Parts: sequence; structure tokens; C-alpha cells
Amino acid sequence: MPVNFILITLLALLIFGFILGRARSIKVATEVRNGRYNLHSRPYYYGYMIALWAGIPSLLILLLWTGFDSSIVTSLTASDLPSEIQELSKDERSLVINEIINLAESGKADVNSSEPKLQAAAHYLSLKNISLMAKTVVVFALAILGIIIGLRFVKPEFRARNQVEKIVRWVMIGCASIAILTTFGIVLSVLFESLQFFKSVPFTDFLFGTHWNPQTAIREDQVGGSGSFGAIPLFTGTLLISAIALTIAVPIGLMTAIYLSEYANQAVRSIAKPVLEILAGIPTVVYGFFAALTVAPFIRETGEAIGLHPSSESALAAGVVMGVMIIPFVSSLSDDVISAVPQAMRDGSYGMGATKSETIRQVVIPAALPGIVGGVLLAASRAIGETMIVVMAAGLAANLTANPLEAVTTITVQIVTLLTGDQEFDSPKTLAAFALGLGLFTVTLILNVISLHVVRKYREQYE
Amino acid sequence: MVTAMTDTTKEKQMTDQRDSINDRVANKESESNAADNRSSMDDIHKNEEFDIEINGTVGKPFVDNVKMSSRNCDVFYGDKQAIFDVNVDIGNHEILAMIGPSGCGKSTYLRVLNRMNDTIPICRVTGEHKLDGEDIYSKKMDPVLLRARVGMVFQKPNPFPKSIYDNVAYGAKLHGLVRTRSDLDDLVEKSLIRAGLWKEVKDDLHKPGTGLSGGQQQRLCIARTIAVDPEVILMDEPTSALDPIATALIEELMIELSGKYTIAIVTHSMQQAARVSNRTAYFHLGKLVEVNETDKVFTNPEHKLTENYITGRFG
Repeated sequence: MPVNFILITLLALLIFGFILGRARSIKVATEVRNGRYNLHSRPYYYGYMIALWAGIPSLLILLLWTGFDSSIVTSLTASDLPSEIQELSKDERSLVINEIINLAESGKADVNSSEPKLQAAAHYLSLKNISLMAKTVVVFALAILGIIIGLRFVKPEFRARNQVEKIVRWVMIGCASIAILTTFGIVLSVLFESLQFFKSVPFTDFLFGTHWNPQTAIREDQVGGSGSFGAIPLFTGTLLISAIALTIAVPIGLMTAIYLSEYANQAVRSIAKPVLEILAGIPTVVYGFFAALTVAPFIRETGEAIGLHPSSESALAAGVVMGVMIIPFVSSLSDDVISAVPQAMRDGSYGMGATKSETIRQVVIPAALPGIVGGVLLAASRAIGETMIVVMAAGLAANLTANPLEAVTTITVQIVTLLTGDQEFDSPKTLAAFALGLGLFTVTLILNVISLHVVRKYREQYE
Repeated sequence: MVTAMTDTTKEKQMTDQRDSINDRVANKESESNAADNRSSMDDIHKNEEFDIEINGTVGKPFVDNVKMSSRNCDVFYGDKQAIFDVNVDIGNHEILAMIGPSGCGKSTYLRVLNRMNDTIPICRVTGEHKLDGEDIYSKKMDPVLLRARVGMVFQKPNPFPKSIYDNVAYGAKLHGLVRTRSDLDDLVEKSLIRAGLWKEVKDDLHKPGTGLSGGQQQRLCIARTIAVDPEVILMDEPTSALDPIATALIEELMIELSGKYTIAIVTHSMQQAARVSNRTAYFHLGKLVEVNETDKVFTNPEHKLTENYITGRFG
């Protein structure tokens, strides 16, 4: 039986176990009065308990068996091969074994397939079948055994609810740890690759170097720069563009939020808010060509008209468009927290003769500040991580400049350019991407820590 | 049985009024505890008592020394009329208590007096309302300035999320009442002393106001209102969220403050109305049924509905 069928049958068995357990609990219980039974837990808990007893061991075995059986079967097949193949080198042997497995799975012999290989393939197939049969039998036996043992435990005084809840708690702990462990995994992998990078490029050169030119030759016959990996231009570029974006998004977003939550009537609010949230849903690549084809030329023409000479790809163009993109993050979250400030707070202020704007500035905004800071920081991390708009509108030149009219580049853009096209994974050029990733991760981590700190500080003060 | 009991208490009232008021209220409470066991016959009886017609206000709604007055006051929430033709005066330096069952319009009427209802878009107020003879709903009157003259204390203590000092200084800073920092310090101290909170908070002026206990928070709100130096203070069930000790403190405070301010208070506690107020107004289903001297309302009410309410036949 294939794994799908085993799973479906197992599910049916579990449902059957649930019904059995539930029915049995009602049967063994005695009615005390008015439909109340002397059961410790409600009947469906006994049902769940049976299903869990049957399900957990059999699923575990199924998982382990499916995970390990191909390697066990393969090694069994390999050990039965004739001695001339056994004596081959390791690489050649694994090649032969692969051939055998392909032969067994496709079922088609070709010119290469010699007699011993065909025999081995047949052997492999029979082992596979035995394993599958054994797996089916063992899994179902475990499930049925679980049901039988579980049913013996169904007694009025048995604490089924506590058992079920304990298992559910472990399941939840498991789910929570998956997210955390994934994060740890990513961090560790980035960290180790970065360490590789720092073996060829000194840490201080990376962190304090002001020249970025990673295009080294990866083959002998290529023409390339000598390679310099100073990340400062990238960090300043990222900061410049993010700062421009936030300068645009924070005031506009905050004003929008105040208008929507305090002044707009219900009709305006019900239309404006979803429309604004659509902004957040537009793919960034669309923003990117909007920035490159509309905003950047506009900035260049305007700049030239007033006697400046902006480059055709500028930090300003990317920053402005990115600012528009993150407005909804600021406005939507701020709107929610401003609306959540209790009406009693506003009434108290109005009741003392404060005007609406005084009330908003001095009572509502301070009370909503933790949420607003949260929204702004979310917007900031979006801005720092944004790639597409910058690639298209700000260019790839790693200039160390604070002039928003010049082309700059950001960390994320450089990661993209480092990892596209021809590459080999032990050259500093490729590994630099991991170091940049680590830097980006550190920056956003610091931002998050600051935001948590700010929010906690104001929470203490305001709640 | 209830009628017989009230009859006997009526005789006792002549000798000891305050006690009897408390007795009556106690009767009401014990009765409402017993309410579960009432039969349906009693419910019909109760509804009849509820259905007495109201033809204008009885008692003495008008006074000589007027601070605020309302004539032909109607209030609408959308299409629903919440208040019907209320005519009443609030005298200078008096405490007017407004009592009545839930939803009778007493809080709505209170919010008419400082135009707090303006903040509710669907609310519409008609009639003539005056403060010191000035029409408070005229075009010339700015509701913001009015509210500086007619302060308000709310049911739930609502200190701002600021320090104790800033809470009290808030209104004074807004209205530019003080010029220097030391004047502001003095004003904050004076207001807190008058609200009876100074001793408890004088060392913690820069701690958040939200960290105080419920009773302290309510006194902070009163201090904050006093700091703006209003002429009238409106209180909307100011002690309903507080324990008896905090309530007693605030009631003492109200009596003290009435020397300087005119106070209108909405309360669900009839003992409270009896303890603090000079005059009591009884509202019923949006109508003002009876206004009179507090002693008179609680000992010898003119209207049958008032009597039914204070003796606990319903409500």
C-alpha cells in the first residue's frame, strides 16, 4: 500500500477510534442525575484520547520508516552485489547503485544493463515491496493496538481531558519552536558563510572600507577588477534611501491616519482605508518601473531646470517612490491605534475646553505613541529590505555620497547582483552576499530592539 | 406590604428625616434582592406604577439666584428623542442632583449643559440654554470656551496618559492661565490641595496619573477640572466606579467645592443625592418629573412616580 493510502486508512482508523472511545465512555459511565454522568472528562475527550493513542505511535513509525527505508534498502542491495562491483572505488560504486535504482524504477533495460545489474534491480524491487508491506502491517497493527489499549483505560475516573490537553500543549510548543528554530538555522547558515568570507577579506576592510567593487574574475581567462569589499557605501546608500522614504512616509502616513480616525466621516473612511491598503499590495516591481520611468526623469528635468545636474538614476527617485509604498504601513497601523485610544480620554480633554487639535496633539497621539512607533519601525524595515525599486531607480553604482541626486546602491541590491549570473560558491564575490546579509540582519535586529525598548518604555508610562 | 411599611416610615420621617431616607433606600435594596421570587402578578402591578402620566414638571424647577437655565429642552439622537421639554434652573453655588432609572436622560441632559453632545454627530439639541444669561447654543458661543467655564468629571476616572503634574497643568497650559513655571507649580499645588489629593501625591508629581488608585484618579480628574477655574462643574456619576471610602472622600469634596462652584451631579445612588445635594431632580423616560429641595423630594415627593422610585417600587 502506498503512503497516501496508509495515511487515509489510518485517518479512518483514528475516526473509528474516536467514535469507539466516545461511545465506550458513555457506556461505562453511570448517570448521576438529570443527564449528568460521573465521567471525569466529557465523552469526546475519551474519543480524542483513543485517537491520539492510536495515531501518535503509528504516525511516528510511518514517518521514521518512510524516512529511512530507501537508504536501508539501497545498502542491502549494495551488499548483495557481486564482488567485482564491491571492489570498485566509492564513486564508481555509487554510480552503479544509482544505475540499478534507475533500472528498477523505470523498468526499462538498456545497452548498459548487464546481467548482475538486472538481478540487483530485481532484488532491489523485491526488498522495496517487502519494506512497504511490512510498513503497512506494522503501522496498522500499532494503530489497532493503540485503540485496544486506550479502550482499556476508558473509566469514569480516568483523566482523559488532562492527557489530551497535555498532548495539545506539546503540539503547540512544537509549532512555536519550528519558527524559532528556522530563524536560528538561517542566522547560523549566514553566519558560517560570512566567516568563510572573512577568511579571504579582513573584517575591518569589509566594515570600514569605503570602496565597493566586487566584480573579481572567477576564472583564469576572465577580465575582472581586483575586488574591494568596503561596505560603507552600501550602508550609507541604504540609510540615505530609507531616510528619504521615511521622511515622505511618516508625515503623510501620520496625517492620513489622524484624518481618517478623527475627522473623516464613516463613508470616507470606509472607502479611503481599503484604497490606501491597496498601495501596500502593489508589487514592488511595478513601483520600480514607475520610479525609473516616471519619477526619475521628472526629477532629472526639474533638477536641470533649476540648474542642478541630477543623474538619471537617483537616490531621490527611489526614496520618494519607496516612501509612497510604505505610507500604508504607517497610516494603517497608526489609524488602528489612534482609533483604539478610549473615547473617555478625548471626552476628558474636551470637557476641559480643549479644542480638537489640542486634544489630538496632546492626548491622543501620546497615548497612541507605542503603536505609531511600531508602525514606523515596520515601515523602516520594509524600506531597508526593499530591493526592486532601488535596482530600477537608483542604479548599481556604489557611490559614497549624501547627495540624494546621485546614484547610490543598497545592501539588498548588491546581494541580488552578487548572486545572479555565473558564480562559484567559494569566491569572495559570492560569499560577500552572506556577509552583507549578516550586516542587514544585524541592522534590522538593532532597529527591532530599539523599537521594543521604546514601546516598553512608553507602555510603562502610559498604561 | 410595601405600602404599609412606607406608611409607617412616613410618620417617622417627621422626626428623623435623614435616617428615614436611608431606610427607604435600604428597603429598596432588600426588595430588589427579593425580586427574583416575585410572581407575574407583581410584575403587572409594577408596570402600572411605571405607567403614570407625566404632565410637566412638579415641584420648584426655578430659582431666584440662577446660574444656568434650560427652557423647552429637547434632545434627539438621530430620529429618537431622548429628552422631552425639560425646564429647569440651576442656582448659584448649589448642588443639583439628578436621579432616575437608567436611560432616563439625566446624563444626556448633563452633557447638554457644556455642549459635550456636540462631539456626537447624530445628536441634536433644541431649546434655550443659558449660563449667566448668555445663550450657550448661540452662534457667538464657542463650545471650547464654554467647556472651560463649565467643567466636567466623568463616570470612569479618565486621567490622561501623562504625569500627575501634567494632568493638572493640562487645562491651565491650554488656556494660558499662567505665565511662569512657578505660577503653574502653585496652580497645580492649589488644585491638588483643593481636590484633597496633595498629601498623597506631593512626592510623586511626575509619576503617571494612571498609576493611582481609582479614587485617587477621580480626585485627580476633579483637580484637573478645578485647575481651569470653571464656574460650573458637571459630574456624571463620579463615584459609581469607586469603593465606599473613596466615595465618601469625593462627596465631602463636592460639599466643600459648592462654596466656590455650582455643581450638577448625576447619580444612581439615592443616598448620595440625599447626602450632598441641595436640590434633587427626578428624570423619568426623558422627562423631568419633579424638582425640589432634596429633603422634600425624599420625604414628601409631590409626584407619584418620584415616590415610587425613591421607595423602590421600580428602577
